[in-house]
Amino acid sequence: MDAVKPAKSVGLVQRQYFTFAEDEPMPLDSGESLAPITQAYETYGELNEEHSNAILIEHALSGDAHAAGYHSSQDPKPGWWDECIGPGKAFDTDRYFVVCSNVIGGCQGSTGPSSINPGTGRPYGLSFPVVTIGDMVRAQRHLMDYLEIDEILAIVGGSMGGMQVLQWAVTYPQRVRAALPLAATARHSPMLIAFSEVGRQAIYADPNWNGGDYYFGQPRPNTGLALARMIGNITYLSDESMKQKFGRRLQGRERFGYDFDTDFAIESYLRYKGHQFTERFDANSYLYVTKALDYFDLSNDYDSLMDALSRTAHIMYLVVSFTSDWLYPTYHSKELVSALTAVGADVTYTDLQSTWGHDAFLLEVETMTALISDFLGRVVAEHNVPLPVVPHGQVSVTGDEADGAGDSSPSETGGGSQ
Amino acid sequence: MNHRIDPVVMRPDLLVIAELIETGEKVLDLGCGDGTLLRHLIDARQITGRGIELSEEGVLACVRKGLSVRQGNLHEGLGDYPDGSFDTVVLSQTLPFLNDPEFIVREMLRVGRRSIVSFANWGHWRCRISLLFTGRAPVASDLPHPWYAAPRARPLTVRDFGDYCERCGIRLTAQIYLAGSRRIPVRRDKNLRSTTAVVELK
Repeated sequence: MDAVKPAKSVGLVQRQYFTFAEDEPMPLDSGESLAPITQAYETYGELNEEHSNAILIEHALSGDAHAAGYHSSQDPKPGWWDECIGPGKAFDTDRYFVVCSNVIGGCQGSTGPSSINPGTGRPYGLSFPVVTIGDMVRAQRHLMDYLEIDEILAIVGGSMGGMQVLQWAVTYPQRVRAALPLAATARHSPMLIAFSEVGRQAIYADPNWNGGDYYFGQPRPNTGLALARMIGNITYLSDESMKQKFGRRLQGRERFGYDFDTDFAIESYLRYKGHQFTERFDANSYLYVTKALDYFDLSNDYDSLMDALSRTAHIMYLVVSFTSDWLYPTYHSKELVSALTAVGADVTYTDLQSTWGHDAFLLEVETMTALISDFLGRVVAEHNVPLPVVPHGQVSVTGDEADGAGDSSPSETGGGSQ
Repeated sequence: MNHRIDPVVMRPDLLVIAELIETGEKVLDLGCGDGTLLRHLIDARQITGRGIELSEEGVLACVRKGLSVRQGNLHEGLGDYPDGSFDTVVLSQTLPFLNDPEFIVREMLRVGRRSIVSFANWGHWRCRISLLFTGRAPVASDLPHPWYAAPRARPLTVRDFGDYCERCGIRLTAQIYLAGSRRIPVRRDKNLRSTTAVVELK
């Protein structure tokens, strides 16, 4: 296996499944309920004897449970956050037990609209109940129970992952030691809802969508889903990063075509990304997950954001925003940090210089590695967490020694911004 | 964490500030830079420390030292803290760079039980002589920051600060004056002889 295991990778990993609520349906925020619920998940590293070194990774809109390592030796690329999860990396699998699970409503192994409804023997389609970030977190809590992790050392995620981090903190404050919401928000803004809606409209407008009923060999609503993804991809970049990465370069031609084929590199990129997305994502899941985002407001069940966060004052926070992120602009994180400060939480906040836009949380690997490993070091010290001894010959490296992955291109992987 | 600060290399005003702080206090350091003071106070006085720092570089250095720090400017950051949420609020060698020093000092006194401020003194005799005999705007010896460099510094003297506190009813509950790294006696000529003042306000 070592032959296929690149340096500092967790190596070959396997997706696992946990099914619960078979007898007793899990109630949802909408008032409906869901049963049974399967969650796809992966784990890396070893859980210590005290079960106190677990780190829960929350993925973004289009992400999945495969955060690190390879599924087979032929796998062309690793999990979506492989640059930060592995021996000696930001989430050092020599020290921590890392768990990542796919959200419910998604389509990469966890129960969602493309799953079979046991009541009818057919895929749910639009009969799948609408789920919220709160429902996703509640389902994940069952997985943590099953893994016998009462107290999670740190929960981390970017974008939608960051919203789950915050929801965890508020819903299960006693189970969380540290929370790391990255490029996230405490409430989805009208602009974000607007982008979600345009993406959904693109899917509704595809005749193949057929009211969500397309699972029986019919052509799938790939045109609509690809268009939704293209819109999404624009919002994950920035004016500056598009200039740097594509400029006004032409794609595969010397001069303007004066036609409606692809002229510019940025057009070709968006078309490629849109098409690629249809090969791994379900259009109905896109509707459900964006809807969950839109409903997200941490203060939904409370008087105010401060009221919601006041129960989390014992949690150590690392909040990070990025200067060129116009989808979740800095003010979102500042609002969160202000509320956390006001309730007396221990909050570390930085607005990192980056030209990568919203994607920066996946791309600023070097800075993030240093920041995260230093912060986690303090969490471990403060809570006296006994960590496994690093195996002989492997020395944990710190951020400034981590191999430079700063030249990565915007997420080619399922990490998927937002 | 082995980020222990060697007191020998610490800025003299920070050493004085550290002496004024008691074991176990809750301390907020405004413009905490690379976190030297907070780290030292945590190791030497077992304080609970928080910092606010403008620069990304400073924030990352603080996190590396295992500190809890917020990036941002003092004007937007201080308002979030509830009244009296700290034992001590520190502002070291930052006063001349503030846009609205009066507002910040008022906020410090609201947020902390007491405040400690250190600032370079342009009333020092070298500054006076420099202006008188060379005709050049004086550069404070503990703040070698020329007039053209950003951020812009607004010169003040020990007497200026004393007048301001008196006018605002702020009590100076401790005063320590330094000439370089050496303490000088608190006498009438302190404005002439000190290069930096460290004062405790309530």
